[in-house]
Amino acid sequence: MSKNPMAASLAMLNRFSSSPIVHKLGLYKPAQRVAKKAVKEGFRTSGRVLRQFKAAQKLLRPERYQKLEHKSDLFDLNLSEEQQMVRDMASRFAREVLRPNAARCEESLGPSEDYLTLLSELGLGQLVVPEKLGGTASQASVLTGALLAEDLAHGDLGLALAALAPLGVANALVRWGSSEQQSRFLPAFAEARAPAAALAIAEPRPLFDPNELRTRATIDGDGFLIRGEKSLVPLGESAELLLVGASLVGKGPRIFVVERGAQGVLTKPDPALGARGAGLSSIIFDDVRVPTHAILGDHVDVCDFSVLIDLSRIALCALAVGVGQAILDYTIQYANDRIAFGEPISHRQSVAFMIANIAIEVESMRLLTWSAASRAEQGLPFHREAYLARVACIEKGMEVGTNGVQLLGGHGYIKEHPVERWYRDLMTITSMEGGLLV
Amino acid sequence: MQLEIPRKLQALVEQAHLVASEVFRPISRKYDRAEHEYPVELDMLASVMDGMNEGDLGGGAGAAKLKQERKAQGGGVRNGTNMSTVLGLTELCWGDVGLALTIPRQGLGNAAIAAVANEEQSLRFKGRWAAMAITEPEAGSDSASIRTTARLDGDHYVINGEKIFITAGGRADLIVVWATLDPALGRSAIKSFVVEKGTPGMQLVRLDHKLGIRASDTATITFTDCRVPKENLLGNPNIDTKQGFGGVMQTFDNTRPVVAAMALGVGRASLERTRELLRQRGILGGYERTLFGSTAAEAELYRMEAELEAARLLTLKAAWLADNGIPNSKEASMSKAKAGRAANHITLRCLQMCAANGITETELLEKWARDSKILDIFEGTQQIQLLIIARRLLGKSSQELR
Repeated sequence: MSKNPMAASLAMLNRFSSSPIVHKLGLYKPAQRVAKKAVKEGFRTSGRVLRQFKAAQKLLRPERYQKLEHKSDLFDLNLSEEQQMVRDMASRFAREVLRPNAARCEESLGPSEDYLTLLSELGLGQLVVPEKLGGTASQASVLTGALLAEDLAHGDLGLALAALAPLGVANALVRWGSSEQQSRFLPAFAEARAPAAALAIAEPRPLFDPNELRTRATIDGDGFLIRGEKSLVPLGESAELLLVGASLVGKGPRIFVVERGAQGVLTKPDPALGARGAGLSSIIFDDVRVPTHAILGDHVDVCDFSVLIDLSRIALCALAVGVGQAILDYTIQYANDRIAFGEPISHRQSVAFMIANIAIEVESMRLLTWSAASRAEQGLPFHREAYLARVACIEKGMEVGTNGVQLLGGHGYIKEHPVERWYRDLMTITSMEGGLLV
Repeated sequence: MQLEIPRKLQALVEQAHLVASEVFRPISRKYDRAEHEYPVELDMLASVMDGMNEGDLGGGAGAAKLKQERKAQGGGVRNGTNMSTVLGLTELCWGDVGLALTIPRQGLGNAAIAAVANEEQSLRFKGRWAAMAITEPEAGSDSASIRTTARLDGDHYVINGEKIFITAGGRADLIVVWATLDPALGRSAIKSFVVEKGTPGMQLVRLDHKLGIRASDTATITFTDCRVPKENLLGNPNIDTKQGFGGVMQTFDNTRPVVAAMALGVGRASLERTRELLRQRGILGGYERTLFGSTAAEAELYRMEAELEAARLLTLKAAWLADNGIPNSKEASMSKAKAGRAANHITLRCLQMCAANGITETELLEKWARDSKILDIFEGTQQIQLLIIARRLLGKSSQELR
C-alpha cells in the first residue's frame, strides 16, 4: 500500500483510464471527472493494515432473528426487563463517557482511542450477533436498538453514531446476509472491539432520495463494478467493512458488502455541521470490483432495500430524540438557574411555554419512533410509521434545536454550553440517510 | 412495549365508527344549520349506548366510566375505560363533534360524578344526564377565582351566581356546579354540587350562538338562592387548605385525553376527506418520495398526518397511564395541547388546500374547521395546558409560574 495518497490516486486513475470496459460503455468522460475529483479533493485509500475477515466455521443456513411475539396484544408502554437493563447501561455510559468526551472528539473529528476502548468493554455487538456466531441475540429487537440509540445520543450524537454504525452493519448481516457472509463477517462483530463499519447510503446532492441512487453497480463477468460517491458515512476513514447502497443496472437498489481493502475505495474526512465525533466521511467507489456474492443476501432472502431504509430512519429518529431530550433537560436546568429581573427566567410564560413545547415535540418524536420500531419487530408493516416519524423529526427537530439555543440567549451561542452543538447535531441527524440501522 | 390497539377494543372502535358514519354524518349538516334544535335521532342512540355499557364486561366506555384506576397490583397491564372512551370518542367525532357532545347521559358532569362521587351518590345519579358548570363571566381559565357561592343553611346549600358556557346545559337533567364555600379561602374552598333541573332558583337564561359545534347547546344558567340538599355536594365537604384543588381538578386529568381524542376524530375526518379529493387530482401521497422530494401538496399531507399520529400516540399514552393508576397530569395536558392545536391546524389547512370545495357548504370541511377550534379552548385552553406542563417540568408552583 502506498503511503502517499496522491500517488495512489494517480495510479488508480491510470489503471482506470486503460480499463477496456470504461471505453466500451462510453463511461470515460464522467468517470474521468470522478477520478479527477478524487485526486483534487484529497480522497485516499486506506493507509492502515486492514483486518482480514475469515470464517472460523461455516454456517449451513443463515441465522435470522425470530419475529417478536408478545404474550398479550394490549397497548403497553412498559419496557421488558432486558430493555430496562439496556437503558440503564446506556444512560450511565452516556453520562459518564459520552458527554465528558463529546467536545474533545468533536474537535478531533472522530472517536478517540480511549473512547473506543471504553466502548469495547460494553460489548454491544453481543446484542446484535446471534448465538451461533458468538453473540447472544435471538429476536429482532428494533425497539431495544432504538432505546439504545436514544440513550447514547443523550450523551453525544457523534459518539453514539460511532458506537452504533458497526452494530447496524451486523444487524443487516443477520437480517439478510447469506450463510457465507454471516460466517465470514459476523464473528468479528461479537468480539469486544468490533470492526469499524457503516452503512453508506447518502450521496452528495440536493433533494437526495435513497430510491434514486446514482451510485451504480454494473455486472462485470462474475462480479460487479461499483461506481459512485457516498457521503455522511460514519467512521468512513477507519471503516473496515461497508454496506453500500447502489443501483444495480436493470434491477434497482441493492446493498453490496464491500471491504475497505478493495481496489478503488477512496475515503476523505468530510466533517459536517454536527455529529463531528462520528468521523463522517465521503467515500468514492472508483469502479470497485466485487464478487457476485457481495450482494447482501442470497437468492431466498435478498435484502429488502425499502425495509433497510425504514430501519435506518428509525435509528436516525431515535438518535434525534436523544439529542432533543438532552436539550430539554438542559434548558429546564438553565431556565431555573438563570436569574433575570430578579427571578428565575422560568417564571416567565414566554420561556416556560417554549420549554413545554420542546417537551411535547420530543415526546411526539419519541412515540412515533417507538411505534414504528415496535411494529417492525413484530413483523407488522411499518413503512408509513417510519416515514411519519422521520417527517416529525425533520420538522420538530429543527424547532427543538433552534429554541434550545434561543432559551440560553447569548450563552446558547457559545461553546461554554453544549446546546449549540446539539443544535448542529439535530440538523445533521435529521438531514442524513443511512449511516446505521436498528 | 406494544403500541397497537388490542383486539378486544376493536369491536368498540368499529361500533363507534358505524354510529359516526350511519347516524352522525347524515344529520351533521342539518343540525349545524338548525342550531338549538334537539337532535331527536340521538335518543335511540343513547339507549343503545346505555345497553352496551350495561352488558359490557370490560368496564365499558363513556363519560360516566372515566376514572383513575388504582395502580395494578401484579395484575398486569390494563387497557380499560380511559382507553376505550378515548377510542370511542375519536370515532364519534370523526362523525360529528357537536353531536358527540350532546349524546344523552354522556356529559362532562357525568365524568365529574364518576371521578369524585361516593357510592350513594353514584347510585342516586346513575342514568341521569349531567352537564358541568364551571366558567363564569369573570372567571374562565382562572377557575380558582369563581364567585358563585354556596352557603350551608341547615340541610341545604344555598347557591348564588351565574355560570356560562355550559355544554348541554339546556338538555341535561343535572348540572354539576362549581361554587365556593368561602371566597376568602381560595381554591381549597371550591366544591362541586349536583343541582337537579327544576330546582327553584336555577334559571336557564340563554343558549349561545356559536362558530361551530352548533348541534351541541351551550347554556347560561343563573342560580338565585338555589337550595340544594347537602348530600349533593361531591367529595369532601370540609375545607382542607392543604389538599387544595385536588378533588375537582382530578376530573380534568381524565377528561383532557378525551377532548384530545375528539380533536383526533375531527382532524382525521378532514385529512381523510382531503386525501380523497386530492386523489381525484392524481395526488396519492403514498410515502414514496422523501419529504422534500414530494410535491408541495403531498408534503403538506405528510406533515399533517405526522402531527395527527403524534397526537394520537400522546393521547393513548395519557389514557393508558390513567388505566394503570399512574399519575398522568402532565401527559394528559400534553395530549390535549398537541391534539387541540394539531386538529385545528389540520382542519384549517385542509380547507385551504381544497379551495372552493373546502369553504363552501357542499363539503363538511368548512364545518370541521369551525368545530375544531373549540377543542383547543374548552377543558383548558392551549395556554393553560402549556402552563400545567411547564409547571410540572420546571417544578414550579402556580404562585411562581403564573
